[in-house]
Amino acid sequence: MTRHIRHAGLFCALLLVALLLNAARVQVVQAPLYDGHPANRRPEIARYEQPRGNILVGDRPITGSQDTREHLRYERTYADGPMYAPVTGFASQLYGTTLLEHTEDGILSGSHPMLAPFPLWNDFTRARNAGGNVVTTLDPAAQRAAYQGLAGRKGAVAALEPSTGRILALVSAPSYDPQPLSGNGAAAARAWQRLNADRDRPMLNRAVRQTYPPGSTFKIVTLAAALDAGLVPDLDKPTDSPDAYRLPRTRTRLSNYAKGCADASVREAFVFSCNTVFAQLGVQVGVPGMTAAARSFGFNDRALRIPFAVARSTFDTSLDQAQLALSSIGQYNTRATPLQMAMVAAAVANGGQVRDPYLVERTTRPGGSTLATAGSRPIRQAMTPATAARLRGLMLGVVRGGTGRNAAIRGAKVGGKTGTAQHGIGNSGTPYAWFVSWAQGGRDLQPRVAVAVVVEDADANRGDISGGGDAAPIARAVMEAVLKSRDRLPGS
Amino acid sequence: MSKAGITVATADPPAPAVRPLPRRRGIELALIVVAVLLSVYGYCAVGLAQHGTLPPGAAGYGAGLGVLALLAHLAVRLRAPHADPLLLPIGVLLNGLGLVLIYRLDLETPGDRAAPAQLVWSTLGVTLFILVVLLLRDHRVLQRYTYVCVVAVLVLLTLPILFPAVNGARIWIRIAGFSIQPGEFAKVLLAVFFAAYLAANRNALAYTGRRIWRFQFPTGRVLGPIVAVWLVSVGVLILERDLGTSLLFFGLFVVLLYVATGRTGWITVGLLLATLGAVAVGRLEPHVHSRIETWLHPFASVEAGEGPNQLAQSLFAFAEGGFLGTGLGLGHSVLIGFAVKSDFILATAGEELGLAGLSAIFVLYGLLVERGYRAGLALREPFGRLLAVGLSSLVALQVFVIAGGVTGLIPLTGMAMPFLAQGGSSVVTNWAIVALLVRVSDSARRQHDGQETP
Repeated sequence: MTRHIRHAGLFCALLLVALLLNAARVQVVQAPLYDGHPANRRPEIARYEQPRGNILVGDRPITGSQDTREHLRYERTYADGPMYAPVTGFASQLYGTTLLEHTEDGILSGSHPMLAPFPLWNDFTRARNAGGNVVTTLDPAAQRAAYQGLAGRKGAVAALEPSTGRILALVSAPSYDPQPLSGNGAAAARAWQRLNADRDRPMLNRAVRQTYPPGSTFKIVTLAAALDAGLVPDLDKPTDSPDAYRLPRTRTRLSNYAKGCADASVREAFVFSCNTVFAQLGVQVGVPGMTAAARSFGFNDRALRIPFAVARSTFDTSLDQAQLALSSIGQYNTRATPLQMAMVAAAVANGGQVRDPYLVERTTRPGGSTLATAGSRPIRQAMTPATAARLRGLMLGVVRGGTGRNAAIRGAKVGGKTGTAQHGIGNSGTPYAWFVSWAQGGRDLQPRVAVAVVVEDADANRGDISGGGDAAPIARAVMEAVLKSRDRLPGS
Repeated sequence: MSKAGITVATADPPAPAVRPLPRRRGIELALIVVAVLLSVYGYCAVGLAQHGTLPPGAAGYGAGLGVLALLAHLAVRLRAPHADPLLLPIGVLLNGLGLVLIYRLDLETPGDRAAPAQLVWSTLGVTLFILVVLLLRDHRVLQRYTYVCVVAVLVLLTLPILFPAVNGARIWIRIAGFSIQPGEFAKVLLAVFFAAYLAANRNALAYTGRRIWRFQFPTGRVLGPIVAVWLVSVGVLILERDLGTSLLFFGLFVVLLYVATGRTGWITVGLLLATLGAVAVGRLEPHVHSRIETWLHPFASVEAGEGPNQLAQSLFAFAEGGFLGTGLGLGHSVLIGFAVKSDFILATAGEELGLAGLSAIFVLYGLLVERGYRAGLALREPFGRLLAVGLSSLVALQVFVIAGGVTGLIPLTGMAMPFLAQGGSSVVTNWAIVALLVRVSDSARRQHDGQETP
């Protein structure tokens, strides 16, 4: 019997060994497989176990976290959600993250390795770092001015600091409140469905993700190309151009909305926005010259990130002469984001140099110490400084006595350019009203802000007036806000 | 084979009483103190991890567990002074750890607190332990109640048929708000019955009967009753869909038959029967079939868009634990769902204590079983030997079946992890098992000392 008891005992020992080996298999060998399994909710729970870091404008957080005591514990909250939605995006437990919430997720959620006190420290302790903060370049006053200026209308505003590329305002209207999307309940799903079903597409970021035909505001690019090519020796000399310009090798005649464009000088043509003069200029510059100029301003660039991706603004590179003529006045296949047009205005304001725009000033640890600051951005020379100076003079004239008078600010130099872009089949759509501009305060050494405004449902009154009437006041409000807030902004 | 069997069965060499075994009650007390302190430490760790403060009841909890353990120790000191000093501390540690795990899971399910009830049941269990140690002066007394045991087993097993099924199994009876699982009590009684019957009839089983081809089968008159009891038990359990316990009974039967008769043939027959039974039940019974499917494809429900099932969640929990675990109170095993405090309690241990902690728990069970077997080896009368082996094997098989189930080694069968899992009947039963092992080991070591058993 003793021997058989021993056998039975051995059997029990074998069972124990099998259990131990299997436990090692599950917990060590197979663990990475199970940990990474999409149905395993642990990473998600860990992610929402702590409050998310905040996105700051100036010194003030525009986001927050709310303890729901649910399984996915912390939900995102937003202060002035609709106003900042084109910057923050949303952080939803159901639908993921977008825009800054997406590109800066590592910092905000605390998973970025730079947040760890020591390398590999967290792998050992299994601790999770508190989320860091993201400080934006936005000027709250400018953002508010732009948001309130667009109130009730479809459109977008982008404002930049020309010398640096810092984005001061980025607004899209109509907007939405990202907060209802934060959770993972039925309410979030309903909000998601409602927003997606909305015909006005409130979740579309029109400032950076939507391109519009830039219309007459593109004449800045055309003129910069012509001036750099030496095609316009004298801005005030008549250009020998007809009113109603026949597009090369077609019977189509291009006319003007402004009066007195026949044989106008370049200055008059710019200030009153004569299509004919610029269509002719564009054809004179030629396809290679125009495409090179457009590219130097940032058109046809797929890689621009601020840090989220910006839709590509396009200038067609394979054009016949007639198409080139239309493209040169911002029609045909020429399309630009509001941000791109703000870059065009900024290039003029900044002596011909374009800097890639950016939205994140710096990132910080939870305590506030700096983690990383915005590095230097690439510079492109879009035109010669002399050309930029001449264009600044022309843009000043537009505001002083042309189509952009609505943008004038007392005691400041303001340069602008209006635009009205036709779109739709046979130009049937309500034209888009554009205004791009820059402003320099009385005591400033250089222009401090460049703005582009587009209003989709402008007054149907055709002509460049609509750009000056609908879009210019919004641009003025933004520029005023920036000029006034100079003393309040830290670090500027 | 049969020749060796004869030698062993007829003349067990007397255990040589070379040196007297020390009583070691002081070591037992020290180990009990360690076990209580470890449990209190776990309780504090959970509180610290969840709320950042010591849980308010830590002192009371420690005092309660400590007093219970101390009383049990005194009972052992008084009436079983020669007992193995490891048995009681292992019971205390496992029970204390179980209470900590259940308390920890209660924090995640505020609407369903199980720890207070478990504490009451543990008190009952330790009380039963003390009563058994105090009142049962000699385990051989139990031999007299062989047939009482059979009747009790059958009654206990059939009772739940009169009560409604819970979660697909008809194994509970509900009285005055308490639910009791009579099958748990039945397994101790069944072990007593098997041990007593086989001890009385082992010679007849081993040497009489007919020889068919190479196997010698005992006569129906000897084998009949025990096979009948076993068949009825397993039949009833299958009716009640308590597969874990039927597997346990089967294993117990085969092990004891093998140890009693020394016939390897029984193991062959047992394995054959088990395979046949498993295939038949697996094919025919949908409940079992689905469990086998789940075992083979733990993530099938995910692919079907139904979300991870309990086994998948359990595997996720074990994997999250890794080598060192997340720390008590810091895991998410509550995702497993409704059985997390009972059948799947081990997943919480695996996630929060890691492979290291889980291995320690397995080794504790292993030690408990080993000490039981050791007592069985040291005894010289067959009933005591079979009883010790039977009770230890019950623990070993149960641990294997449930731990193997939740870690994906074998198909899952619902059963309670001894001492750890939520479940009053289970805790009480396991304390009874430890009490009987203490009693048996007392006899064994006293005998070893060369003293007479009373």
